[in-house]
Amino acid sequence: MATLEHLDTPGEQAGDGVRRRDFINIAAVSFAGVGAATVLLPLINQMNPSSDVLALASIEVDLSAIKEGQAIKTMFRKQPLFVRHLTAAEIAAADKVDPSTLRDPQTLEQRTVDGKKQWLITMGVCTHLGCVPLGAGEGEIKGEFGGYFCPCHGSAYDTAARIRKGPAPKNLEVPKYAFKSDTVVAVG
Amino acid sequence: MSFPWANHYAPKHPVMQWIDERLPLPRLVYNAVGAGYPVPRNLNYFWNFGVLSGAALGIQIITGIILAMHYAANGAIAFDSVEHIMRDVNSGWMIRYAHATGASFFFIVVYLHIFRGLFYGSYKAPREMVWLLGLVIYLLMMATGFMGYVLPWGQMSFWGAKVITGLFGAIPVVGTPIQTWLLGGFAPDNAALNRFFSLHYLLPFVIAGVIILHIWALHIPGSSNPTGIEVKGPQDTVPFHPYYTAKDGFGLGVFLILYCLMLFYAPNALGHPDNYIPANPLSTPAHIVPEWYYWPFYAILRAFTFDIFGIPAKLLGVVAMFSAILMLFFLPWLDKSPVRSGNYRPAFKKFFWLLVADVLVLGYCGGSPAAEPYVMISQLAAAYYFAHFLIILPIVSRMERTLPLPNSITEAVLEGKSGATLSTSTQA
Repeated sequence: MATLEHLDTPGEQAGDGVRRRDFINIAAVSFAGVGAATVLLPLINQMNPSSDVLALASIEVDLSAIKEGQAIKTMFRKQPLFVRHLTAAEIAAADKVDPSTLRDPQTLEQRTVDGKKQWLITMGVCTHLGCVPLGAGEGEIKGEFGGYFCPCHGSAYDTAARIRKGPAPKNLEVPKYAFKSDTVVAVG
Repeated sequence: MSFPWANHYAPKHPVMQWIDERLPLPRLVYNAVGAGYPVPRNLNYFWNFGVLSGAALGIQIITGIILAMHYAANGAIAFDSVEHIMRDVNSGWMIRYAHATGASFFFIVVYLHIFRGLFYGSYKAPREMVWLLGLVIYLLMMATGFMGYVLPWGQMSFWGAKVITGLFGAIPVVGTPIQTWLLGGFAPDNAALNRFFSLHYLLPFVIAGVIILHIWALHIPGSSNPTGIEVKGPQDTVPFHPYYTAKDGFGLGVFLILYCLMLFYAPNALGHPDNYIPANPLSTPAHIVPEWYYWPFYAILRAFTFDIFGIPAKLLGVVAMFSAILMLFFLPWLDKSPVRSGNYRPAFKKFFWLLVADVLVLGYCGGSPAAEPYVMISQLAAAYYFAHFLIILPIVSRMERTLPLPNSITEAVLEGKSGATLSTSTQA
């Protein structure tokens, strides 16, 4: 500060150097700018999911009623969730594929929980543009790879819900989940 | 539109020159609130309140748009959606309190802005249009504030909507059909709530539009000043920027500090607890009053408790209340004194402060229960309010011997009599 006050003597005001007034001006405007930016944070953050939305962001699914070969659709974070009880033949079909030949290389093991290979839990959201693929409901077509088929743009998924054909870039997303018991799974 | 000695916009940077030739928007800003607008050099802090009003409108529009993202204008869920904002939405409590407190602060600064105009005679020629447009803004603000208060759909919201639309029911013959039409029903319900929401969202932008006209009209003669005498030459003015941007910036900082104190430490101090009870068409709250900024006019409404010449008291109260505001439109022609500033009008100044006290008394009575002694005080104060404008002001402006005016703003400044402070003395 001593330096600034020294520079503020009338004789030196005309020359270059930091004037007291410049310092106050920049400090005041910077302070106001920081304040305005701070106010912006809550104004932007208010658009994020509110507490009531986040409260519904995890669900529990009861698996006891799903027979082998069946699948159910349920809702997770306002989006469809597919829970599929794979048959031995479907598991074998998925394991037969060499992952290195796939667009999004993953094995069925990587997409299921250890020891629960028959439970395939994925989002029912096509990774292309977000439509709901067919194949989970009774009587819906499952596409040429026996998994899911998206009618919007023709993406076909196999029995591990991996993308095999069509425009989708990724396998159907596997959400974070954990088995609470043999028949109850907590998703999210 | 400006004084001949105003700085001329001359962009140095080629990009700014390029823009200026195609869309002279930076030039408009420069001439309106930049170095190109010469302003009297002696403005005091009362001249901050125009900018502060604009800032308050900005706060209301920003917070209001955000609240509309989360609010549901439906009678069944409106109250719950407001509680959802308070409890669930990220920082929702802050944004809602900012809006509710912001409304009060908007009225505070606008009332001080009007006070400034009344004391310094800013409504006089050649600035009548500025005054008239300001009153239009004030009326729009009152309508907007009222409709906004209905939206939370609490008890005070509901009964406010019922009582205020009931004012129109006082009109002879067509009153009841008009009230029914305004509400879209026989009592406030979904239809009323939806249209109030729609208009509450629209009107602030209308206000913004009228503000542009208000400033446009102001910039033709230029700002008045505490001496009330006209600018005579370049020595009487300084450029708006940086002189008044700095002064307004300081005022804005003080305003925001007071606003935040209220927002964060007493957000409900000016509200009513009853509005946290969901609307109930079967039960009126025991003590129903509007928001504080309507109190003086509410007191005038309630002052009429008796019929006069067969005219029902209900109609008289409504007419008096609207007249109390509409009368202000005639102010430039009621006050004929050629001297603008109250600082040079000793008699006017005394009556002016009496009027201020009278309006405060009316406000106090308007916020009190409709019982004695408040009703009688309201009647006397309402009578004085009208007498001030219709009798006292015209007479004073003709009879009064005003004090000698300085020859110029600069002379007043150099003699330390620029009126840069609000003097309450009657000395020259």
